[in-house]
Amino acid sequence: MDTYSLLREFADSWMLLFLTLVFTAVIVWAFRPGSRKVHDEIAASIFRNDDKPAAAADNSEEART
Amino acid sequence: MWDYIKLIVLGLIAVLAAIAANYARDPAYLVNVLTIMLVAGGLFLWSVRRVGEPKLVASEKEYFDGVVRAGVIATAFWGVTGFLVGVWIAFQLAFPSLNFEWAQGYANFGRLRPLHTSAVIFAFGGNALIATSFYVVQRTSAARLWGGNLGWFVFWGYQLVIVLAATGYLLGATQSKEYAEPEWMTDWWLTIVWLAYLAVFVGTLVKRKEPHIYVANWFYLSFIITVAMLHVFNNLSIPVSLFGSKSVQVFSGVQDAMVQWWYGHNAVGFFLTAGFLGMMYYFVPKQAERPVFSYKLSIIHFWALIFLYIWAGPHHLHYTALPDWASTLGMVFSIMLWMPSWGGMINGLMTLSGAWDKLRTDPIIRMMVVSIGFYGMSTFEGPMMSIKAVNSLSHYTDWTIGHVHSGALGWNGMITFGALYYLTPKLWNRSGLYSLKLVSWHFWLATIGIVLYASSMWVTGIMEGLMWREVDANGFLVNAFADTVAAKFPMYVVRGMGGVMFLTGALIMCYNLWMTVKAQPERASDNAFVPAE
Repeated sequence: MDTYSLLREFADSWMLLFLTLVFTAVIVWAFRPGSRKVHDEIAASIFRNDDKPAAAADNSEEART
Repeated sequence: MWDYIKLIVLGLIAVLAAIAANYARDPAYLVNVLTIMLVAGGLFLWSVRRVGEPKLVASEKEYFDGVVRAGVIATAFWGVTGFLVGVWIAFQLAFPSLNFEWAQGYANFGRLRPLHTSAVIFAFGGNALIATSFYVVQRTSAARLWGGNLGWFVFWGYQLVIVLAATGYLLGATQSKEYAEPEWMTDWWLTIVWLAYLAVFVGTLVKRKEPHIYVANWFYLSFIITVAMLHVFNNLSIPVSLFGSKSVQVFSGVQDAMVQWWYGHNAVGFFLTAGFLGMMYYFVPKQAERPVFSYKLSIIHFWALIFLYIWAGPHHLHYTALPDWASTLGMVFSIMLWMPSWGGMINGLMTLSGAWDKLRTDPIIRMMVVSIGFYGMSTFEGPMMSIKAVNSLSHYTDWTIGHVHSGALGWNGMITFGALYYLTPKLWNRSGLYSLKLVSWHFWLATIGIVLYASSMWVTGIMEGLMWREVDANGFLVNAFADTVAAKFPMYVVRGMGGVMFLTGALIMCYNLWMTVKAQPERASDNAFVPAE
């Protein structure tokens, strides 16, 4: 089998299946239980540290609110 | 030590460029190496005067905003330049006598067209992306930009790419690949600058103090990585001579065409879409003062876009030597792109839910909303045009040009204007914009300009497509090509007027931003000065 046919066959079988599974896994992961709290937290992250970086050693939950 | 290495390198570059200029085989190459010689020589002198001076150590307690400020200025400057060239070539198409005889070979349509497209996409859009990504990645990582002066290298290196490309176009250096016209020397330099950009961006993400990477950064990162990959593969070429601008592509025939449109469409997908979506996911929530509508949807938006866009390129090559299966694949993936695109549009628009009243009072939000609206519209139009039956009518007509501009002026332009209006008072520490009324003027001029542009191109494009395929009872073509050109004249004038309005709006913005920095009082701030600890 020439390289083209080999790659072509691999691409539209195993690779397609693999990428579809990766994509599905990402979606399932986004909807995992408990993700809402994490996502709300990330979505709000743009409203902190607007003027200067977070202080070096201070990485606690408190400092970021 | 580093100072001396830098001096040696700069001196060597300047001398080598001078030698190359001496052997130059064509004017484009000559001007390019002379530019490099002047830049390297100038930097050499600038550095030699500063040898041994104490270095200012940048404080990790402050953001690196100097480069973002420079980026804002460059974005506005290149934007106006690119729009101006666009208006000019629009009128060149309507009135061919504007292709002056004395400027043939330098300022005729064929030479200016790539100058316009590269100026608006890569100079205006690229500077907007670099500046906003540097701003956003610092804020969302709560960390100063990584790499110190590497940020400045990225900024100035990118400006050099623009100057080399632009002067090259006018003097005839082109590898005839749409949106990838620059020849090998500029391509190599852009590769270096782009890898430095990637390093600065990833370096900042690595040292972030926030636990998570905000979604805007995902979009920016995918844009940087994908553009690096696209750029390298589409520019695999061998220079004919080290002292000339001409190079020969490694791929040939239909493979070359496929690589070109794999590049071309993903330049749209990752440069003009993913990168600007990064802007949307930061600046829209910031301006609306509400978090993004659904963070989950933004994750799905991101991954769906990434998984689908990369396959859509073949739809540029329907009914060509490209195998049928490949062009069908491109069409199917383009149609599937409807979903993530509209998911993203809904996510952007719904961020305003509960704050719709801001549309009435805040012209910047209005600009952003219209921009998202145009994103939705052009990502609806695009998949439709990728369907083979529609493409047989639309391809090679002005409909394509209308589609591109509703996306570029509407989506990329408007979201960039919104970001510039947001950034300027922040970066220069001003209490607010100079005039909201002028923002409203800009908004309406730009919006009406885009509507004129897009609608005239729909009319002329569909008319042209129908005229080309019209046959009489005996099966002979009814219209000559020149008939379609004559019929398009009124629409070309309307398009030019639309461009004039868009350009006027951008000039008003420049004045407004200038006055914001010059005349607005400083923002009362508790952290304008960070005490030295």
